[in-house]
Amino acid sequence: MRTLFKTSYDADINLFRDGRHAMWYGLLLAIAIVLPFVLGDFELGEVAHVLIWAIAGMGLMILVGQTGQPSLGHASFLAVGCYANVILQNDYGVPFILSLPIAGLIAGLAGVAIALPTSRLHGIYLGIATLAVSVLTGDLIVIAEPVTKGVFGLYAPQITIFGITIDRYGNPDRFYWLILAVTVIVVLLYKNLLRSPLGRSFAAVRDSEVSARAMGVNIPRTKAVSFGLSAGITGIAGALMGHYTGIFNNETFNLIMSIQLLLMIVIGGLGSIHGAFFGAIVVALLPQAIVFVRDTVSAVAGTSSVAIPGMETAIFGIILVVFILFEPMGIYGRWVKIRTWFELFPFARRDMFRRQRSYLKTERMR
Amino acid sequence: MDVLQLFVSGLANGCVYGLIALGFVLIYKATEQVNFAQGDMMMLGAYVTLGLHNAQFMGLPFWVSVPIAIGTMGLFGYVLDMLVLRRMFGQSQIAVVILTIALGFVFRFFAGLIWGHEPVALETPFAGRYVPIGPLVLGLDEVVIIGVTIALTVGLYFFFSRAKLGIAMQASSQNQLAAYYMGIPVKRVNSMIWGLAGAIAAIAGILFASKGTIDPSIGLLGIKAFAAAVIGGFGSLPGALLGGLVVGIMEPFASRYITAGYALIMPYLLLFLILVFRPHGILAQMHSKKV
Repeated sequence: MRTLFKTSYDADINLFRDGRHAMWYGLLLAIAIVLPFVLGDFELGEVAHVLIWAIAGMGLMILVGQTGQPSLGHASFLAVGCYANVILQNDYGVPFILSLPIAGLIAGLAGVAIALPTSRLHGIYLGIATLAVSVLTGDLIVIAEPVTKGVFGLYAPQITIFGITIDRYGNPDRFYWLILAVTVIVVLLYKNLLRSPLGRSFAAVRDSEVSARAMGVNIPRTKAVSFGLSAGITGIAGALMGHYTGIFNNETFNLIMSIQLLLMIVIGGLGSIHGAFFGAIVVALLPQAIVFVRDTVSAVAGTSSVAIPGMETAIFGIILVVFILFEPMGIYGRWVKIRTWFELFPFARRDMFRRQRSYLKTERMR
Repeated sequence: MDVLQLFVSGLANGCVYGLIALGFVLIYKATEQVNFAQGDMMMLGAYVTLGLHNAQFMGLPFWVSVPIAIGTMGLFGYVLDMLVLRRMFGQSQIAVVILTIALGFVFRFFAGLIWGHEPVALETPFAGRYVPIGPLVLGLDEVVIIGVTIALTVGLYFFFSRAKLGIAMQASSQNQLAAYYMGIPVKRVNSMIWGLAGAIAAIAGILFASKGTIDPSIGLLGIKAFAAAVIGGFGSLPGALLGGLVVGIMEPFASRYITAGYALIMPYLLLFLILVFRPHGILAQMHSKKV
């Protein structure tokens, strides 16, 4: 068991707790950087997929995990970012290095635009409003057909940064590094946000709106900023997702995707960056894992491989039910428990992580 | 005449939405849990009836299979609350939302597994028959839907205002702790409310199936019904029905008089506007707390 002696106030908010902590993350980054030399093209594509979902997950995590505002409509911001990015490049000839942040900015402004009228809503009502936004998005894309090409969809162009061409299939290693770079930037941004006054006010709004207001936090503004940041990051993920899939139309970013995003961060663990990554691993790799298990089973059993339609979402659903019932803090929460058990061995107690249940908590008087 | 015809078909649709919305609101009022799987429970109700009645499955007579299906779904709702939802007592609402969305996925999968993913029609005795009322020609199915909804509403009204169990449900929905002190078995009452919602979902499912074919994804209709519940006011039973009727009646008129692309989004647009300007619905029952 290690004990951390804090010798300055900065020790509370430093990016890394101590040298060992920094070393582990450095090692993780180094492994991530050399990955293209080890993995094949297909596996690399899957890892890139996981990273894109993780960026989107971090975007949603700022809103749900940090500010406590549920959103069932984040696929809309994926769509805004994706469309803005490709339209800027195709129709206005903006280079990728500019169109990506601008797409994020546009998505962020869209987020603020939705947050302002809904700032009076909380809890389930906000969820419903964002759900309506999510349903509307697909139809709005069809209505805005002259720009978005409606049901025919758009093709993402090849990326060129300073004369280096990056293509998802032509050179997947460069595409992977690009996404990795964006991921690292977003993680740093997120981590720094948490230690800034803004991040603290997010947490205050999440834990109690009434007491946050009493402490002088401007609630509508905080919510709008949180929505904007969250939508912006999700928009960047959407832009990358557009380049990853290559083609997309009004049905790509549907309600199911919004729900999947929310479910993803819940499985991963709400309120932590790790949670976004764990959840992304589950969501992005589950289809492959199911195919793999099915093929293995049918190879062992000697039968032909049978595909059951809807299997994927059902297994996803069952995993989710199990997590919410037995481990509401998600994969990351379980990991923290296991780690604490080892760190404190043999002094860990069963009740250390017991949550308080508030039976009298009601939404009717707020 | 055209307008009246549109109105009646909208009314019939609206009744189905209203009944699903009623299930949402029942559960929400009593337990403050939002059951996103209500639409999928409706789907299950329709399929259970279909499995009991249709010739290719069990081939029971219609009037035998309907009560069995309603009873089964009632029991299903009760057991679902007992085994799964009761553990969520005192946890955040959004966790329950996510849980029920996930349960919806699972229900849809099993329905597809058992009854197939192809659209099938429930062989009701009132499909394809028509009732002329004055100059109007109404489908018998539409008349049955409207009639059953009215009967059910009246029944529920008397249940909640006269029956001992109904009053116990009202009490526990107003204040669980006080109800518990008064000797009401709150947990069992909550499970019963889930059972009631399941039974209502089954009725809505049967009515919906009598209008056309069903497939496992009709549970997504629940989202529209959910919009209806919010439009009407999420904490009020008459509001739920009203919202369902508003959405149902709006739909055929919107698709008739507005360009195709815009007609589909009308219910959600209305939902969004209602949430912005009257956050707690047309018949609001919520109050804001000031610092």
